Amino acid sequence: MSEVAIGGTTPAAPRQDKVETPLRRFVSEFCESRIALGGLVVITIIALIAIFASWIAPQNPYDLAQLDIMDGRMEPGTVGGAGFTYWLGTDDQGRDMMSGIMYGLRISLTVGAGSALIACLVGASLGLMAAYIGGRTDTVIMRLVDLQLSFPSILVALMILAFLGKGVMNVVVALVIVEWAYYARTVRGTALVERRREYIEAAQCLALPTYRILFRHLLPNCLPPLIVVATMQVARAIALEATLSFLGLGVPITEPSLGLLIANGYEYMLSGKYWISFYPGIALLITIVSINLVGDQLRDVLNPRLKK
Amino acid sequence: MTVYLVRRLIQALFVVLAMSLIVFVGVYAIGDPVEILISPDADQIERERAIVALGLDLPLWQQYLVFLTNAVQGDLGRSFVFNEPALRLILQRMPATLELAFGATFLALVIGLPLGLYAGLRPNASASKTIMAGSILGFSLPTFWVGLMMIMVFAVQLGWLPSTGRGTTCSVLGFIGLQPCSSGVQWSFLTIDGLSHMVMPAVNLALFKISLVIRLTRAGVRETMLMDYVKFARAKGLSPARVTFVHVFKNIMIPVVTVVGLELGSTIAFSVVTESVFAWPGMGKLIIDSINVLDRPVIVAYLMIIVMMFITINLVVDLTYSLLDPRVRLENKGT
Repeated sequence: MSEVAIGGTTPAAPRQDKVETPLRRFVSEFCESRIALGGLVVITIIALIAIFASWIAPQNPYDLAQLDIMDGRMEPGTVGGAGFTYWLGTDDQGRDMMSGIMYGLRISLTVGAGSALIACLVGASLGLMAAYIGGRTDTVIMRLVDLQLSFPSILVALMILAFLGKGVMNVVVALVIVEWAYYARTVRGTALVERRREYIEAAQCLALPTYRILFRHLLPNCLPPLIVVATMQVARAIALEATLSFLGLGVPITEPSLGLLIANGYEYMLSGKYWISFYPGIALLITIVSINLVGDQLRDVLNPRLKK
Repeated sequence: MTVYLVRRLIQALFVVLAMSLIVFVGVYAIGDPVEILISPDADQIERERAIVALGLDLPLWQQYLVFLTNAVQGDLGRSFVFNEPALRLILQRMPATLELAFGATFLALVIGLPLGLYAGLRPNASASKTIMAGSILGFSLPTFWVGLMMIMVFAVQLGWLPSTGRGTTCSVLGFIGLQPCSSGVQWSFLTIDGLSHMVMPAVNLALFKISLVIRLTRAGVRETMLMDYVKFARAKGLSPARVTFVHVFKNIMIPVVTVVGLELGSTIAFSVVTESVFAWPGMGKLIIDSINVLDRPVIVAYLMIIVMMFITINLVVDLTYSLLDPRVRLENKGT
């Protein structure tokens, strides 16, 4: 999805304005879209909820002492035995869905953002190397990228989890392997153009070490497309993790992400108990939509081709 | 062209070899091959015999050669669960997956192209904004959750559509009356009942593709509209319809065709999710079930088949591409 639109990006917006700093211009252009701004606010709130879940959730859904099996499968809005209202209902174990979702968000976001970050580090480093060193290094890395991208993400993830088995770390490994290629290709594309610029030549003449040229000179100038890809990939990682967990290949039952919560509600849905699957799905949806909205606006702002 | 063809074929062959090596290493080396390939019910003597029979006492590179030789001959092992050749098991379920994937692709084109064209031509119209917002939703909605909600609304609440399964199936020859329906390869889209079972899974699988086609078409139209040749065609006084369908549409078809072609493969892969939600008895459901019960020969067979399928699709798309756009084959490097 994102590679289609980003593939044609020509890097480095021409800096015409002398009064405005690029950052300020970027911020003001980003804020032109109210929807994107809203998305940013929502993401922040969701992240805060996830971080402070253990303080704001009405119940610790994984502390068995706090659960009452008599409260199982209660409808949204019922008052439970413990005395507080289950605003989003309870699951079959009598867990408060709202608390479950807050804790689930934590796992979903950690896995999603964590894997995207690692993939970004790996992919960007390899992409920079490919562009800067060129020659055989470039060929090998880009062949790997091509190979990787010719298979859909879910298949690669499925394959890796079939080999490794369930587990949070295994899911992260799978997501990193799925995603690094997007970063590598994006960074290489930009870096190929950037490395011919004078400032790189100047840095080379100063005999700076290669890693310094790569990360201090080349990388900062390749950031705009990388930021767009990274934003989109976080959303994709969260969605993919949820899908894998739904299929029973992702996180274990002891660390339920949103996907697993939805899977738990599957069997009760046919008897009309919709809330067990419905609300975690809504939480997942809001998270992914707001990240994508922000990513979309970032792409429009950072893509010089769309400037008239 | 011949040189290009030969080079692409050799490349494809290398990819097949590389992927078979990865699958081999994944299943035979990372996991415990004894546990993977010998039924857990076997006793010690049976185990020893099976280890020798399967060649697991040989060095790894020899094992790989044996695996490769068997694979080339179509022997990818027997399923523990069904006690049938894994390959046959998968091929039996392939038609169900294929018809679902083709149905979804068809829906994606029929719905996505017109909407994308409209949104691209009138980027500021409120209808276009709605379309684009909808497409963001299509990207963001987790497929499996939408599937669940569809079942909840259309099957449980409204009772309009059946929730799971393939319904009544029929073979093509049976459909035109040459033989009984039940013999031959079975298809759901040939019966009313089968179609009603297919609607929800196909729509569910298509959602992502529809969004993709919309965005691709819109982006293509927007970029093409700014091109000099379009401005020139307009300045020449050609009718808007002619500019749209001849000058713009033709030029955006290359990326759309490529992506839809490539997406056919990923539709087949993503049907894993849809099939699990709707209990659609295709390859995807089989592989998930197999992973859950550790029926490894089936996993290996599925991965090998789908890898082959992808390489073939990529090859065909690349070749079509090079026919459509001579620049691709003139440029000697594949990157």
